[in-house]
Amino acid sequence: MSRSKALIRYFITRLALAPVMLWIIASLVFLLLRIAPGDPVDAILGTRATELARESLRAKLGLDEPLHQQYIQFIQNLMHGDLGTALVNQEPVSNIIQKALPASIELGVTAFLIAITLGMAIGFIGTSKADGKTDLIGRLFGIGTYAIPPFWGAMLIQLLFAVVLGWFPIGGRFPANLTPPNGTGFYLFDSFWNRSFIDFQGTLKHLFLPAMTLGILLSGIFSRALRLNLTRTLESDYIEAARSRGISETQIIVKHAFPNALLPVLTIAGITVASLIGGALLIEVTFSWPGIAMRLQEAIAQRDYPVVQGIVVVIAALAVMISILVDLIIATIDPRISY
Amino acid sequence: MTSWGILIVLIYVGITIFTPILSHFGLIPEPSFGLENPIYSPPSLGHWCGTDRLGRDVCARTLAASSVALQVVFLAVSLAVIIGVPLGMVSGYLGGIVDRILVLIMDTLYAIPVLLLSVVMAFLLGRGVFNAAMALCVVYIPQYFRVVRNQTAQVKSDLFVDAARSCGARPVWILRKYLLRNVITSVPVLLTLNAADAVLILGGLGFLGLGLPESVPEWGSDLNMALSALPTGIWWTTLFPGLAMFVLVLGLSFLGDGLEIWVSKRQKSV
Repeated sequence: MSRSKALIRYFITRLALAPVMLWIIASLVFLLLRIAPGDPVDAILGTRATELARESLRAKLGLDEPLHQQYIQFIQNLMHGDLGTALVNQEPVSNIIQKALPASIELGVTAFLIAITLGMAIGFIGTSKADGKTDLIGRLFGIGTYAIPPFWGAMLIQLLFAVVLGWFPIGGRFPANLTPPNGTGFYLFDSFWNRSFIDFQGTLKHLFLPAMTLGILLSGIFSRALRLNLTRTLESDYIEAARSRGISETQIIVKHAFPNALLPVLTIAGITVASLIGGALLIEVTFSWPGIAMRLQEAIAQRDYPVVQGIVVVIAALAVMISILVDLIIATIDPRISY
Repeated sequence: MTSWGILIVLIYVGITIFTPILSHFGLIPEPSFGLENPIYSPPSLGHWCGTDRLGRDVCARTLAASSVALQVVFLAVSLAVIIGVPLGMVSGYLGGIVDRILVLIMDTLYAIPVLLLSVVMAFLLGRGVFNAAMALCVVYIPQYFRVVRNQTAQVKSDLFVDAARSCGARPVWILRKYLLRNVITSVPVLLTLNAADAVLILGGLGFLGLGLPESVPEWGSDLNMALSALPTGIWWTTLFPGLAMFVLVLGLSFLGDGLEIWVSKRQKSV
C-alpha cells in the first residue's frame, strides 16, 4: 500500500475510534455517578429533608426512572449538546461551560506557548554546552519543575510578586473597576480587536502570573524531552559524518540534529495536554481565575451533580480530541511512522 | 542523585514511623490541637514553623501530614499494582476480543487527565483515607495494565512458554510461573514514579477539598487554608507544608530515575 493510502486509512480508523472513546467516557461518568455509594438526593438535600422534597428532586433529576431509560435519555441529550441544568440556579450546564471555557483556553494556550518556548530554550542550552554543570542544572530543572505542587508554586509566586512586591494583581481575570470587553470571551483578543489599550493592559496584567506559573511548571517536560532526544541524535552516525566533514558544532546542532529531535518533543506535547489540563485546574483555583476549573470546584462544593457531570465530560472529551489531533499531526509529518 | 533519593525517602519513612510515637509522648505538639496557642503567630522558638488560623502548630501538622500522605500513597499504588498487573497479564495472554475491549477502556481512562479522573472518583466516594487511596489507584491501574499487557503479549510467544504449554501446563500456572517473573521487572520503576505523582495528586485533591477527612492532617487542605491568609503576607503556613511535599516528590523522582537507569543497564548486561 502506498504511504498516502496507508495514511488515510490510519486517519479514518483513528477518527472512527474517537466517538467510541467519547461514548465510553460519557457512559463511565454516567455509571459512576449512579452506582456511587450515597444517594445524590441525600447529598444535595441532606438526610433531614422531607420525603416529598426528596421525591420531587428525584423526579426532577430523572432518578425515578429505570436505569437504562435514564442512560438512553442521557446519551440522547448529550448528542444534542444538552448537558442538563444546574441544580443551584437552574442555568443550562452548556451555558455555564460556554461562559467559562474561553477563560480556561486563554490561560491554557498562553501557558502552553510559554512552556514550549522556555522548555526548548533550556533543553537546547543544556545540550549545546554539554559540560557536566549545565547538564546537571538542566536535569534538575526537569525534575524540579515536575516536583513542585502546582498550587504551591502558584502560591509562592503570588506571595512574591503580588503580595510582597505588588507588581501584579493577586487573582482574578480583569480589573474590578472596568467592564470586561464584549465579544468572543477571549479578553486578550477582544480588547485588541476593540483597540482598547486599558483593557488589553488589564487583561495582560492578570494573565501574566497564572500563565507564567503554569508555563514554567510545564516547561520542564519539554526541556527534558528535547535534551534526551538531542543527546541521542548527536550520537548517531550521520552526525558523526557531518562532524568529519568539518561542519561546526553549532551548525550541526541547529541544522542537523534539531529537526530530528523535534518530533518526539511533539509527541510529548500531546501527552502534556492532559497534565496541562490537570495543572490548569489547580492554578485556576489558586488565582481565582474564572475558568472551567473554578466552576468545577464550585459545583463540587455545592454537590451540583449535573454541573460536575457536564464539566467532566466536556474536559475529558477535549483531552481525547486534542490527543487524537496530535497523533494525526505527527503521523502526517513523520515519514518513518508506519501504521 | 539516586543516593539523594534514597536518603530523602528513608527520612520520610522515618518520619512516618516516629511522628506518632513522639507525638504520643508529648515531644512534639498534637497536630490538631491549638486552642491555647496564639493564631497566625510567625515562626518562633516555641513554634518553629509558626501556627495557623486555628493556632495549630505548623511543624507538627506538616510532620503528621507526611506520615499520612506516605501511607495513603503506598496503599494506593499497591492497590493499583495488585489490580493492574494481573489484569494486564490476563489480557495480554488471552488476546482476542477481551483484550481489545480492555485495551480500549484502559486507553480511554488513560486519556482522561489524571487529576480530573481522581477528582471524579473522590467526589463520588466522599472524603476518607481509604476512599482517597481508591480515587488515586484508579488513575494508575491503566499504566500497569499497559506496560504489563504489552510485555506479556511479547513474552508469551517465546520458546520457553511454548515448551511449558506443550508439557501440559495450565494457563494460570504459565502466567504465574513463567510470565510473572519476566513481566514484573518494569513494575518497581513505575511504582516509584507513580508514588511521586500520587503525592501531587493527593495534594491536589486535598487542595480542592476532596481528600482526607478534616480530622486528618493533610498538606493539600492545609495549603488551601493558607491560601486565604496569603494576601495578608502570612507566608509560613504556605511555605512549610508545600516544601515537605516538594521534597518528598523530589526524592521519589530521583529514586525512580535512578532505578530506571539501573534496570536498563542490567537488562543490557543480561
